[in-house]
Amino acid sequence: MPASITIFLDKCAGCGLCVGACPFGAIHMAGEKAVIDMAKCTLCGACVEPCDFKAIELKKDAGAVKDLSEYKDVWVFIEQKKGVIQSVSFELLGEGRKLADKLGVKLCAVILGSEMESRIAELAERGADKIYIIDHPALKSYQDDPYTQILVKLAEEFSPEIMLCGATTIGRSLVSRVAVKIKAGLTADCTGLDIDPEKRLLLQTRPAFGGNIMATIITPNHRPQMATVRHKVMKEALTDKSNKAEVIRKSYPEDIMKSRTRLIDVVEEIEATVNLAEADVVVSGGRGLGGPEGFGMIRELAKALNGAVGASRAAVDANWIPYSNQVGQTGKTVCPKLYIACGISGQIQHLIGMQSSQVIVAVNKDPDAPIFKVATYGIIGDIFQVVPALIKEFSRALRRS
Amino acid sequence: MNIIVCIKQVPNTTDVRIDPVTNTLIREGVESVINPFDAYAIEEGVRLKERFGGKVTVITMGPPQAETALREAISLGVDEAVLLSDRKFAGSDTWATSYTLSAAIRKIGAFDLIICGKQASDGDTAQVGPGISAHLDIPQVTYVKKIEDISANAARVERMTEEGYDIVETPLPCLLTVVKEINTPRLPSIKGMMRAKSAKPVKWTACDIEADAGSMGLDGSPTRVIKIFTPAPRKGGEILKGGTEYVSKELVELLKDIVIH
Repeated sequence: MPASITIFLDKCAGCGLCVGACPFGAIHMAGEKAVIDMAKCTLCGACVEPCDFKAIELKKDAGAVKDLSEYKDVWVFIEQKKGVIQSVSFELLGEGRKLADKLGVKLCAVILGSEMESRIAELAERGADKIYIIDHPALKSYQDDPYTQILVKLAEEFSPEIMLCGATTIGRSLVSRVAVKIKAGLTADCTGLDIDPEKRLLLQTRPAFGGNIMATIITPNHRPQMATVRHKVMKEALTDKSNKAEVIRKSYPEDIMKSRTRLIDVVEEIEATVNLAEADVVVSGGRGLGGPEGFGMIRELAKALNGAVGASRAAVDANWIPYSNQVGQTGKTVCPKLYIACGISGQIQHLIGMQSSQVIVAVNKDPDAPIFKVATYGIIGDIFQVVPALIKEFSRALRRS
Repeated sequence: MNIIVCIKQVPNTTDVRIDPVTNTLIREGVESVINPFDAYAIEEGVRLKERFGGKVTVITMGPPQAETALREAISLGVDEAVLLSDRKFAGSDTWATSYTLSAAIRKIGAFDLIICGKQASDGDTAQVGPGISAHLDIPQVTYVKKIEDISANAARVERMTEEGYDIVETPLPCLLTVVKEINTPRLPSIKGMMRAKSAKPVKWTACDIEADAGSMGLDGSPTRVIKIFTPAPRKGGEILKGGTEYVSKELVELLKDIVIH
């Protein structure tokens, strides 16, 4: 029996709730009853819950339901670069703690690297009950093959219930492979996590269609339940010096450590002094800057605020600034505490990349610029006057503090 | 060099609007386009073919109308096109999608390189590319912004990172996912458009790719969407009024708690 979706016409009250719930426009009303256009339906199941009359049934050929009770604990993959634990991992330990407490299980940190012993105390202080550490020179820098193979081995041996990982370049490359190898469910770029205590399910909420819709996703019959989580959305775990963790050191044979790809060099670009994805403040410039020299004052304002420099696609396409600074649909997605858009009109492609920022400030001379529709605070004016004034005022205020 | 490029047809997000009454996405009249990142994958594949000879095969999984995206790829210089379309694929999450694509790639036969866009603009997962390489058990390099050097059996590429980039060497065959910086896609040529018109993309169903029924579509998908909702739309706030100095001071005051610790 392949998967199928059915509307029970005797139960359907013709209320039309499912029509609005369908993200694919596949349901319409024919007379008093809902009808699914199977050419458009993707069997996503979004219409099932909104139906108050239980008239829609999504049937999945689950086969034999596996015994999931042997899976326990919440794992956090700890991302390190040059031995330094990345802040997203502390955010995940903060969130993982809450999930582990709701499930009544342990919070475990998993760290791969070289000479990582000195990091154990740091992870324990951030709330890990258990630390799995795999220390080997071949693991010094991230490489897809050995990292994937080791996570697969660990997951097979210790059966975690949940595995979280930062939605970073490394995280998104790594766990996509792991999930395939162990046939786990993986949800990308989550911005909200919770537990259904009754079914012990991880409720994973994430944006789709560039943030225009949100979806909540579960993994009913596979373990671990895996998710990558966006930067800056969860709060970092607080430090508690008294917290102690159990440490499990694992080693694997050399063939597991082998990588088919070879990392030749790691190049840090000067422009990226503050990591765009992790910055608390992002100052971005667009077409209104008129040329590459306009970014001088953008950098200065970013520096004053200890922030990162972003750019609109227009500025990048004009070669005023490298692509690595581009925010938006074909660039990076950021969600800092403060986003300052200077001379950016606010096309939807740009908004997609920054509209989840906590506070948005827009400076633009055009009062009708769409950026003002999402800005918490707007300043209508000439950026060449306003930005220097902001640099002066912020610098003064910061000096005083 | 035999290159396979995986693409996805997506709604043109510029046109995505939310109906203020029903609070749902308006999909009527929304144009479908090739996922923006996949355009760079197609261009890179075609450039490599022009340098080294061989052929580029483009493959997509989707409804019958995804054929339009394949024709567009042909107009851009792709040689062959494969459409995977079957009701049995419906409900696929990234696990099942990457499984199905990898099964089809096995059927296509020997290849040197698979190129994918870094992610699709509708789902934004970036999981299918790495998923395909995991199913095929070949090496991968994600977020590639430049192919520095490539020969018959190895490539040296630049992988974009949060801080800059890594230089990575990989043997072929392998899978690369690419970002925008890698190239500037060409426009379709007249000759290409003529070819696209008369081309007949290969159409495969679940039977054709000899895939395991339990690994495709909803049945093969570990994840399940249980709810879809529109986030409360962000409201425009306050426009600060007054002279430059006045509004700058006011803004600093308003943002005090965020920027001053």
